[in-house]
Amino acid sequence: MPLKTPLRWLRRNLVVLAGLFTLGYLLLPNVVVTVFSFNRPRGRYNYAWQEFSTEAWRQPCGVAGMCGSLSLSLQIAVWATLGATVLGTMIAFALVRYRFRARGPINSLIFLPMAMPEVVMGASLLTLFLNMGAQLGFWTVLIAHIMFCLSFVVTAVKARVMSMDPRLEQAAQDLYAGPAQTFLRVTLPIAAPGIAAGALLAFALSFDDFIITNFNAGSTVTFPMFVWGSAQRGTPVQINVIGTAMFLLAVVCVLGAMAVGNRRRRRTG
Amino acid sequence: MSTLTEAPPPLAPAPAAERPPRRRGRRTPYWLLLPGILWLLVFFALPLVYQASTSVQTGSLEEGYKVTWHFAAYWDALHAYWPQFLRSVLYAGSATVLCLVLGYPLAYLIAFRAGRWRNLVMILVVAPFFTSFLIRTLAWKTILADGGPVVGALDSLHVLSVTNWLGMTDGHRVLATPLAVVCGLTYNFLPFMILPLYTSLERIDGRLHEAAGDLYATPLTTFRRVTFPLSMPGVVSGTLLTFIPASGDYVNSELLGSTNTQMIGNVIQSQFLRILDYPTAAALSFLLMAAILIMVTLYIRRSGTEDLV
Repeated sequence: MPLKTPLRWLRRNLVVLAGLFTLGYLLLPNVVVTVFSFNRPRGRYNYAWQEFSTEAWRQPCGVAGMCGSLSLSLQIAVWATLGATVLGTMIAFALVRYRFRARGPINSLIFLPMAMPEVVMGASLLTLFLNMGAQLGFWTVLIAHIMFCLSFVVTAVKARVMSMDPRLEQAAQDLYAGPAQTFLRVTLPIAAPGIAAGALLAFALSFDDFIITNFNAGSTVTFPMFVWGSAQRGTPVQINVIGTAMFLLAVVCVLGAMAVGNRRRRRTG
Repeated sequence: MSTLTEAPPPLAPAPAAERPPRRRGRRTPYWLLLPGILWLLVFFALPLVYQASTSVQTGSLEEGYKVTWHFAAYWDALHAYWPQFLRSVLYAGSATVLCLVLGYPLAYLIAFRAGRWRNLVMILVVAPFFTSFLIRTLAWKTILADGGPVVGALDSLHVLSVTNWLGMTDGHRVLATPLAVVCGLTYNFLPFMILPLYTSLERIDGRLHEAAGDLYATPLTTFRRVTFPLSMPGVVSGTLLTFIPASGDYVNSELLGSTNTQMIGNVIQSQFLRILDYPTAAALSFLLMAAILIMVTLYIRRSGTEDLV
């Protein structure tokens, strides 16, 4: 039966084919971004393929203002990550380890920012800043970023602390470790993967945020705002260079972390 | 949404250690909570109050605004911008359905069929996140360019005649039509659908599939009666994580659409930042928030997963 076998194969692997199609859909823009980082566009916009060139890769900062906006975005992301991770970890520990009043309202206060469209958060925060007469710029953006990253850190850390065996800390105390020592030598190392996951998420969210930043940045230009502006004025090829470099860096970092993790696991058996 | 980040259960069931050590004192939790909660109260909750008050103010930029309980602002805003509201719901809704249809096979593939490729596929799903989403959205301008291979293929497969009939496209182009906006929204929020779906699929015991097979269920029946019902928590949180941000989005509509595809986010953005009509913008933003909260509450109640958060 020559026809039946491929049909059966198709039926058995239909879900795999559909999944791969979706994966292609997800990755196609990245392929385009990479390919077009080697383009030499004729007009101001880099949307149509003209000819191969490595010019943008040789001069990644050749566009006025772009690398400045990139370093500003990195600065904001670092501070926002630090702020949100510290505050969020404290909240997560309080939620898991202690009993206190007003737990319900506090849980909703943490959940709501994640269930709110960014436009609403950005717009309402702008009304607050306008009412207070605050100068829009670096600080208002940082405040906003810490605010929306906080909930994600809490969720990530909470999950990890919740799965922790409380007997480990009791054991440390039985072995005459003080509260500070117990926290630093036992609790913190166990919670570290959760804290790291939260911090990574906060960094990615802050670095890539456009909508909330757009409302609260005033005339400050972060990297996403630079890209947005260039969509109106003309897109330099260097944007694609940065996009491609970030993608490659992320993949290499993740693969490296996985390799280290695998080796450690093999060593400890 | 705990389904995204939920940790595996502890290896051994720990005895209930309800009472933490006494030494730490009763006030400790409050000190731990204080800075973060204060931050959220001042920069998240208080702005919503300010926004509510701004929405019922009248005045002008030069003379300043006063609270006059001008509730008509809501009626006016709704009257003037109902097409944008409707579009937001339609586009975000279509994008959510498309995300579910496209994302489910991929989540299923990662959970059950990927084998040793699982981690690699997982990385490929998450990695695009690290390229700025604006750059990736701009790439769709190239992909969907007029007369390009994608549009040509869609045209020759008669997909465009179907979408023309649905009013999603107009003639032989995709860019600057509702289809382009929906396509961009779907693309941008697809990972938010895939990750919760994967988390809930991955928890399903593979032996359940074997058992269903032993009981003469066809693969389709197994999926319909066993797999899909068990993945419901992922479906619910995935649709919420997709629909909520998509309904407030204005980036895709601005970059891939036209003035005829404006969503409510575009209006809020331009009222706030260009036209500087703060009361109308605040009223619209408040309406969007209320609509979403009501929809989410009803949806969670209907789908019966109360312990979602």
